[in-house]
Amino acid sequence: MVLKQLQRMGAATIHTIAGLGRAGLMLLGAIIGKPSFRKGAPLLLKQLYVVGVLSLLIIVVSGLFIGMVLALQGYTVLVKFGAEQMLGPLVALSLLRELGPVVTALLFAGRAGSALTAEIGLMKATEQLSSMEMMAVDPLRRIIAPRFWAGVISMPLLAIIFTAVGILGGHLVGVDWLGVDAGGYWSAMQANVDLYQDVFNGIIKSIVFAFIVMWIALHKGFDAIPTSEGISRATTETVVTASLAVLAFDFILTALMFGG
Amino acid sequence: MGIVPALLNSRFICNMENTLSDFIVDIQNMSFSRGDNLIYDRMNMTVAQGKVTAIMGPSGIGKTTLLKLIGGQLKPDSGDILFRGRSIPKMNRSELYQTRKDMSMLFQSGALFSEMSVFDNVAFPIREHTKLPESLIKIMVLMKLEAVGLRGARDLMPAELSGGMARRAALARAIALDPQLIMYDEPFAGQDPISMGIVVKLIRALNNALGLTSVVVSHDVTEVMSIADYVYVVAEKHVIGEGTPEQLRQHESPLVQQFLKGEADGAVPFHYKAAPYADELMELL
Ligand SMILES: Nc1ncnc2c1ncn2[C@@H]1O[C@H](COP(=O)(O)OP(=O)(O)OP(=O)(O)O)[C@@H](O)[C@H]1O
Ligand SMILES: [Mg+2]
Repeated sequence: MVLKQLQRMGAATIHTIAGLGRAGLMLLGAIIGKPSFRKGAPLLLKQLYVVGVLSLLIIVVSGLFIGMVLALQGYTVLVKFGAEQMLGPLVALSLLRELGPVVTALLFAGRAGSALTAEIGLMKATEQLSSMEMMAVDPLRRIIAPRFWAGVISMPLLAIIFTAVGILGGHLVGVDWLGVDAGGYWSAMQANVDLYQDVFNGIIKSIVFAFIVMWIALHKGFDAIPTSEGISRATTETVVTASLAVLAFDFILTALMFGG
Repeated sequence: MGIVPALLNSRFICNMENTLSDFIVDIQNMSFSRGDNLIYDRMNMTVAQGKVTAIMGPSGIGKTTLLKLIGGQLKPDSGDILFRGRSIPKMNRSELYQTRKDMSMLFQSGALFSEMSVFDNVAFPIREHTKLPESLIKIMVLMKLEAVGLRGARDLMPAELSGGMARRAALARAIALDPQLIMYDEPFAGQDPISMGIVVKLIRALNNALGLTSVVVSHDVTEVMSIADYVYVVAEKHVIGEGTPEQLRQHESPLVQQFLKGEADGAVPFHYKAAPYADELMELL
């Protein structure tokens, strides 16, 4: 009994480590080596559009609503203490430090990550990756690398857009609707937001999340069992694993950046 | 011995090697398994330069696997696979990629890139491996598409093609860079009699006109016997019969005869290995 359990645990551990190893090799194969600008640039541009630009709508709408909700919730608490002029910093800091990077990463995993996993899994299942390899074109460089970099570049930008739109949403609710003083909203924000501590750290978080989400999404697709069931499972796994990983890393990064 | 005779000597040995190995592919004592499933057990096979070599065998015997082994996508457990005298399994990545530029494979499913048009699919290998101007690429692509009868379909996406058309488009892509060795995995499957005839003629014509070497994997006995110079019948983890089509027709092995004549259940079992049918049914009762 115990032996069997141990055996199963061992097998699971080996399986996990082997998976991590394959994921690492995939990433190394994709991003190491001299990039060819002539071939790489158009591919990257196309992926920036697919991965980044097409995610804009969901990011902008979500950012707007989150900012509005933050202002509404924040106001009801702050007004009790007569501190409603602190609404600006509240909205801005929550978005810059936490919600901007984290919610963007979660939305991105659901919108772009799952699509990438499915796309690459399907390419594998229909032997497109194999046939590319037989044409002496490395699919890691041709397919994986441009998608990876497109995600890593576009996610921090999306997080910045999310945050900016969120702050505007907060303004909409706090100033235009609830009647907080507009000058106070902005000046308190300026006084309390630190460029390095808040803005930079938020962007660093976002870059880390981008690495995690893209790596997981691409690896799950590349490693998918090449059947329709395997691909659908890989897609689900991408969203679940990437979301959990983002939240876990958010805690670690927050502890490192703001914890002491 | 002076340096000149030594050089001559080495030249001579090189030449010897070249003349001795008329085989572009030489599989020696190769074993391969997928997990516990042994697929090839010390198999030997050669593919002669400039000839059409066919590989026939029952479904699921590992024909596609064999082509992937030759292409270096899979590594044998033991034994060796030589391509122009050089060991494929022992090559490092860049050597392997360099070697693959000289070979080409038509996949069973076609494997066209789904996000590109037919034209771009055929142009893909040319654009990747040459720096030719777009006008020249266009001419090359249209020539290849004309050869497979799909010049008019150049702007269609792969999803808009029928199975047979997709395979012909993939054939055009496979010959885009005039490789030395082309491996066709089931080129005849899904073709109507007319396009089947075209594909048969095309394989033969390409082979003769461009001096290619072709490996054709297929179940279609009639077509294979009509174009192949040399045929291998694979079953039971190795080659069970080989020879020119005439020699094979006279082959004494009952397995080979069964396969050529298409008898349902003879020496080669039709069923995947399983427990006896009656036993299994009894257990369920
Ligand atoms: N990716 C894989 N993982 C594990 N086993 C596999 C895999 N691909 C194929 N096999 C097994 O290898 C064996 C040979 O498969 P292969 O595709 O080479 O057969 P085939 O001769 O090409 O068949 P067909 O004529 O039907 O195309 C089969 O028994 C199959 O179950
Ligand atoms: Mg096959």
